[in-house]
Amino acid sequence: METLLIIVVAILGALAIGQAVRVFELSSAIKGSDDDVNVTDKDNRTQGLLLLLFLFLFFGAFAWMVIEWDSVTLPVAASLHGLEIDNLWAISMGVIVVAFLITQPLLFGFSYLFRGNKKRKAVYMEHNNKLELFWTGVPAVVLAGLILYGLTTWSGVMNPTNEQEPLVVEVYAKQFGWQARYAGGDNKLGYANVRLVEGVNTLGVDADDINSLDDVITNELHLPKDRPVLFKFRSQDVIHSAFLPHFRVQMNCVPGSKTQFQFIPNKTTAEMRNEPEVVEKVKTINEIRAAKGEDPWEFDYVLMCNKICGSAHYNMQMKVVVDTQEEFDKWMKEQKSFAELL
Amino acid sequence: MEAHAHHKETFITKYIFSQDHKMIAKQFLVTGMIMGIIGVGMSLLFRLQLAWPDKEWLILEALLGKWGTDGIMDPNIYLALVTIHGTIMVFFVLTAGLSGTFSNLLIPLQIGARDMASGFINMLSYWFFFASSVVMVSSLFVESGPAAAGWTVYPPLSALPQAMPGSGMGMTLWLVSMSLFIVSSLLGALNYIVTVLNLRTKGMSMTRLPLTIWAFFVTAILGVLSFPVLFSAALLLIFDRSFGTSFYLSDILVAGELLSNQGGSPILYQHLFWFLGHPEVYIILLPALGISSEVISTNARKPIFGYRAMVGSIMAIAFLSFIVWGHHMFVTGMNPFLGSVFTFTTLLIAIPSAVKAFNYITTLWKGNLRLTPAMLFSIGLVSTFITGGLTGLILGDSALDINVHDTYFVVAHFHIVMGLSAIFGLFAGVYHWFPKMYGRRMNKNLGYVHFWVTFIAAYGVFFPMHFLGMAGLPRRYYTNTAFPMFDDLADINVLISYFAIAGGIAQVVFIWNFFYSAVRGKKSTANPWKSNTLEWTTPVEHIHGNWPGEIPEVHRWPYDYSKPGMEEDFVPQTVPMTEKEMETGH
Repeated sequence: METLLIIVVAILGALAIGQAVRVFELSSAIKGSDDDVNVTDKDNRTQGLLLLLFLFLFFGAFAWMVIEWDSVTLPVAASLHGLEIDNLWAISMGVIVVAFLITQPLLFGFSYLFRGNKKRKAVYMEHNNKLELFWTGVPAVVLAGLILYGLTTWSGVMNPTNEQEPLVVEVYAKQFGWQARYAGGDNKLGYANVRLVEGVNTLGVDADDINSLDDVITNELHLPKDRPVLFKFRSQDVIHSAFLPHFRVQMNCVPGSKTQFQFIPNKTTAEMRNEPEVVEKVKTINEIRAAKGEDPWEFDYVLMCNKICGSAHYNMQMKVVVDTQEEFDKWMKEQKSFAELL
Repeated sequence: MEAHAHHKETFITKYIFSQDHKMIAKQFLVTGMIMGIIGVGMSLLFRLQLAWPDKEWLILEALLGKWGTDGIMDPNIYLALVTIHGTIMVFFVLTAGLSGTFSNLLIPLQIGARDMASGFINMLSYWFFFASSVVMVSSLFVESGPAAAGWTVYPPLSALPQAMPGSGMGMTLWLVSMSLFIVSSLLGALNYIVTVLNLRTKGMSMTRLPLTIWAFFVTAILGVLSFPVLFSAALLLIFDRSFGTSFYLSDILVAGELLSNQGGSPILYQHLFWFLGHPEVYIILLPALGISSEVISTNARKPIFGYRAMVGSIMAIAFLSFIVWGHHMFVTGMNPFLGSVFTFTTLLIAIPSAVKAFNYITTLWKGNLRLTPAMLFSIGLVSTFITGGLTGLILGDSALDINVHDTYFVVAHFHIVMGLSAIFGLFAGVYHWFPKMYGRRMNKNLGYVHFWVTFIAAYGVFFPMHFLGMAGLPRRYYTNTAFPMFDDLADINVLISYFAIAGGIAQVVFIWNFFYSAVRGKKSTANPWKSNTLEWTTPVEHIHGNWPGEIPEVHRWPYDYSKPGMEEDFVPQTVPMTEKEMETGH
């Protein structure tokens, strides 16, 4: 019934447009002019004005969004390299917003200022080498700065120097869930391959490898604060992507090969929950949830899948907790080792 | 060739298996429009799902059948919709619909040729495209659903029917369709290149080519160099899917089944795919930039500013587009040094792009702007090209890409810079060259309505998506309700969907205006825009061979608008140089 109604409305809409066209046509036929196809000076005035109005609307909406939606964007980074990335982000964003605020007014402003009329004639101007050199040169210089800054940051993020031995954790992805494997007391992960997956050994860890026995497999990811963590990513079936937005971490999990990413979490879950931005965000969200009759939410770090991987891709997540070292050690003691699991 | 003009034609040779470039252009356009309606329609369906995930939409049940039972969309069909939407919009609408239409229409007309170098190959190009479209649309009706692994169809997801239902028959048809599409695209592109190089009329040196032709020419070269690589990627995928090879597959346990494949790498596919995929962005964008150069200059009544810089920047962009594909793969685990190289080359593209943007803006300066619907769409194109291009500086920077890779920030970026700019170029082209295609005029006021609703809705849809991305919202999520941290984004998604629906409805105005004007529109004069280029020297009624008599000779570049000392504010390319012009050199 609803569908039928929509079809009827669509047909009526089309007919209405048709009638409108005919009215336009007839009225211009009466006037004996081509005003329904040719642009008049009046059109140039109206459209020029609309273009100028659009500029104000556009910038107004932009300002509104920046103010109103600032709270929905991610809170402060919860990792050391994340703070570096956020600095680079702020500077790059600054550059592009300035470029945006300069060029759009020029475009729409000129469109309004130089709207045509029959009396005027345009200025004949083919090129101007000085001007062109200027706007090739300025972007080139700004870009050189951005590239240099970007590459330095990237190289710092991807090739971290170690003062402390990193905690080695394997993150294992499959349709549609995550598991983690800690390297245990020896901090060495035992050999693993999907061909060895059997029963409780869901990660295909090789029981004959001496390094495997103290490995710890968990369904929740706990990380100690202020210690480097070296993630080793594996996937069992298709490509997944481990996305930890609060830490500014993202790395694909590729079947048949291993990828890795190292970083230092610098805020425990408890500390993050007390960040003013996070407090504010949780409050807003809980108001929304209360209005819908849903349970209140408490902030937690989360690992989500960010590479299309199948029907439940949208719900492939794992809770992440950043503890103090003592809390972490305590939690670790409660977990079963791989040897105990078997 | 003269004999050709008097060749007797039957209905079939004139309208169906036509070898006339003008008819083939119209065939590409109408097929592209039909595909566009399907592609945009799909986006409206998944916008319903994203804004109101819990709501039952009976229209979904009516359109999707078993995949929309009780008006609730199935997660697999959601992925299928985004996949086919992407495929159709990128390849069928913005590659074939845009390039196919305007390269075919304008190359012979603007360089002064009777037709394409090979009319027969040109006809084949269209019919391969048609077959490809039919196969793609038919894949919507197979039992297990169409391809659903995203428009980039990354294996293993796309290679294994066990991984998702769409990777069964639907994926096979996708690959067949794309293979046909690549053949079509190559046949077309080779023809364009040969035609531009060999069939220019007397006096039409390369430096006197309109910027449209330069754009189509460079686009064709990009296509010829990059589409074969996609073909090889598709071929290896077909082998992996059907013949047990392991190019992309290794160590896989899927749906409880251990596969024997070993040694392959899914990353290889991504390298091959994006070796086409990135030039493809410019295969889409360059023709739109070419069209807007021509439309802006004509309607500003002013030469395009910095013709040589415009040609140079087209070439620079085209060259760079071949060495930046890795920026789609920063987080695949590739060597960080390689990431650095791709960051460097990617950000360089900003320089020629900035040159283009400033040259457009300067062309408007002190012009006498005639704000036709085509001109408005071109101005809109420059706006979206700038807005979308700027966020490329974020995404091309590997360190920042970590934050927003595969989030809605990316969706915002590429829809604005490539999707909107190209579709605006397509609209500008249709409004501008409609009189040449159909000998009639489109209604101006409906064009204005179409532009304004489309332009505002388009920004309304995609601009807010930057904020979704900065909130960390991943793309291709069937619903965002599984993560309470995204609950405060629900209202933004509703807003976006309202704009999307408004934008969709506005296209009805365009389609009406197009078809109504094609049949009943006011008859056009030979040169309605007072334009300089050669296509406006042909008669309004189409004839095979384009010019009834001799092919005109060209004496000047195409941008002599408002030239001092001339009576009119335009000087067609066929007008010989005056003595005074000869003396001063221009």
